[in-house]
Amino acid sequence: MKILLRRGDPFIWLTGSALAFCLLMIGGLVVVILYNAMGVFWPRDLVEFELHDGSQVMGRLVGRQEIHSVPGGSGKEHRVQLKIGNRDVYGLDFRWIDEAEIRNRRIPEDAVVFERQEWGDLYGFVSAIYARGDEVADVADDLHALRQYIEQTNALNERIRRLEVEEVGALNHRIEKLRLQKRRLELEGRPAGELASIAERFNRYWEQYERLARELRLLREEREIHEIGVLLSSGESRRIKAADVVRVYCPNQLGLPDKMKIYASKSWEFVSGQPRESNTEGGIFPAIFGTVMMVMLMSLAVVPFGVLAALYLREYARQGALVKAVRIAVNNLAGVPSIVFGMFGLGFFVYGIGGSIDQLLYPESLPTPTFGTGGILWASLTLALLTVPVVVVATEEALAVVPQELREGSLALGSTKFQMICRVVLPSALPGILTGIILATARGAGEVAPLMITGVVKLAPDLPLDGYWPFFHLERKFMHLAFHIYDVGFQSPNVEAARPMVYTTALLLVGIVLLLNMTAIIVRNRLRKRYASSAF
Amino acid sequence: MFEAHADKEVAVESASVAIENPMVEVETFSLFYGGTQALFDIDLKIPGRRVTSLIGPSGCGKSTLLRSFNRLNDLIESVRTSGRIKLAGKDVYEPDCDVIDLRRRLGMVFQRSNPFPKSIYENVAYGLRIAGENRRPVLDEAVETSLKAAALWDEVKDRLKDHALELSGGQQQRLCIARTLAVEPEVILMDEPCSDLDPIATARVEETIAHLKESYTIVLVTHNLQQASRVSDYTAFFYMGKLVEMDLTERMFTTPRLSQTEDYVTGRFG
Repeated sequence: MKILLRRGDPFIWLTGSALAFCLLMIGGLVVVILYNAMGVFWPRDLVEFELHDGSQVMGRLVGRQEIHSVPGGSGKEHRVQLKIGNRDVYGLDFRWIDEAEIRNRRIPEDAVVFERQEWGDLYGFVSAIYARGDEVADVADDLHALRQYIEQTNALNERIRRLEVEEVGALNHRIEKLRLQKRRLELEGRPAGELASIAERFNRYWEQYERLARELRLLREEREIHEIGVLLSSGESRRIKAADVVRVYCPNQLGLPDKMKIYASKSWEFVSGQPRESNTEGGIFPAIFGTVMMVMLMSLAVVPFGVLAALYLREYARQGALVKAVRIAVNNLAGVPSIVFGMFGLGFFVYGIGGSIDQLLYPESLPTPTFGTGGILWASLTLALLTVPVVVVATEEALAVVPQELREGSLALGSTKFQMICRVVLPSALPGILTGIILATARGAGEVAPLMITGVVKLAPDLPLDGYWPFFHLERKFMHLAFHIYDVGFQSPNVEAARPMVYTTALLLVGIVLLLNMTAIIVRNRLRKRYASSAF
Repeated sequence: MFEAHADKEVAVESASVAIENPMVEVETFSLFYGGTQALFDIDLKIPGRRVTSLIGPSGCGKSTLLRSFNRLNDLIESVRTSGRIKLAGKDVYEPDCDVIDLRRRLGMVFQRSNPFPKSIYENVAYGLRIAGENRRPVLDEAVETSLKAAALWDEVKDRLKDHALELSGGQQQRLCIARTLAVEPEVILMDEPCSDLDPIATARVEETIAHLKESYTIVLVTHNLQQASRVSDYTAFFYMGKLVEMDLTERMFTTPRLSQTEDYVTGRFG
């Protein structure tokens, strides 16, 4: 025993197993997310069950479970979870079926999946295609014709969306500006003549708007022409508009390459598209954009403040009791729960500063607040406050290890202290400072609680960056991936349907944080090579 | 054994040799770190265009004195001084003394070579750049002359853009000398410049020193008595914060006036 202790084997095992345990947990987390997220967009086969009571169910198998406590059950029984879709018909997406109830199962060749704008997926068989209410082709005409109709209407959809977003959006923007201008003039008590010219312009815009609205109405009517008759597995039949269909395919006929194509297209839609169906379907592009922009704004705010504060603490301040106290306070700040920062952000930034800005600069919009409500700027500043201790501490440490000889070398050549800091100390400390920034960014990107009360919303149709002056709309509310996970996973009316979304969003969030970190680490390593000083 | 000589030391009033043309004059200079006194009433004259070695056991204050010349001790908050150090007749501790200018006139080479984490070129040009000189031809010329004076030009002329830390230890130290020369100081202070170097690199640096004394005043703090005897014209021996004796180097190492000095230079103590 004594020899064993002296050789140190138990300690090697102790430390080694602690490391292994940590790695196992982290690896487990990544594997769980990957396992659950990767399969979400895979076009799985549709299975049709015939039950003992004579009814038929069709859907996708998503889970299998052992059933306990079946009275009088003989041994192990299982039940399967089926995503049956057709929410508008059945009222729910998922159904558990005991395997004992199933009489037989088959994989029908001609089963079709319709992905729709609303009501989720529809599973069934095509029975007819209608144009203006009349049947135009029968079932024999397979999916080809159908797909053409859908592509046509999708192109139409795209045109309508363009028109709505670009033309009508721009017009709305102008009308709103005019309204504010009028209000400002009224507030300032200007003569009626100026108001009249505004009213005239107002009318002109209004006419433009009416013209656009007419055009849109025509397009919308054209879009409604085609309908598809669908026969459901349970016997009902339905008519759906071609315009509502996002994607249509027969999963049971597809080979691997086609399935991969659909997988890629759905994944792309996920990262680049807008959310549908209260965020449980479609894409999450606004959330990705919001997260990245928020993190960037936060870094922009936190880096200069943190680095300058640390410089003062380490380089200029007299190292005494006060500086020690400040240091302890800064370290403690890092441990304050984030929701407390959120409250502060709401009280100070949103109501305090934002409210004052509204009073001074945007009186015409009141009582609707402009900056006096949560927005991406306030959220970023709150997070900057939250992460500033991380940057300060890391920067201080990085400055502390810059060798004294380098400082003296610079001073002995006749540099001022400021020159010494700028030209020798900061470059040498840069890798360490960057490490701090990386840590701060990673922390900020994953934080939710303070954002919830300073500007994150579940659905923000307008990005905080667009083509209208001044391009960056820092007062706008925004979407955020971490909040999206919380919202979709736990606030959604249809939790079961949202679960895949939760995993994919989590994967994406982890991926984005990883990407941000990797970029920063690569930059840091480059700098480290360039500025490596003899001390490292 | 040493205590026996203590009385004798007091008896000798001025343990120094007559020096003409002094570049730096130290007059009853004392220095305190907080409550502890590190230098006691030092009187010393550093001759111009000569190499003067400061020797003595560790902690005897020779480095402290050296760092008092260019006021690098100012960085330590608890340091207080009294007395005067005159550079070319002007007291460097006067309130109106421009420290930045002073440090430009008194170049310094440190014990641990400390090139900046920049290219070789930028290291040498650093002193000029911080003085506001950014004209390329001027910098080019200064870099070349300084590197030549530090006997490094031939080794690095093709790799001026390389990182300074890729040089060997001896080269780095000579780079630091070149960097100091580039700002054209009047005095070069060397704080044990060879203590981290191997014998061959030491020999190169010593050659450089011998070469430099034609145009610069050099003060060399060293632990290495052979080095002091090889390169310096004058040697000053310090003990416990006091100047014990200063004389021509050859006399210090052959026939010192004080037996305490003799004990030290012959290796019987220290």
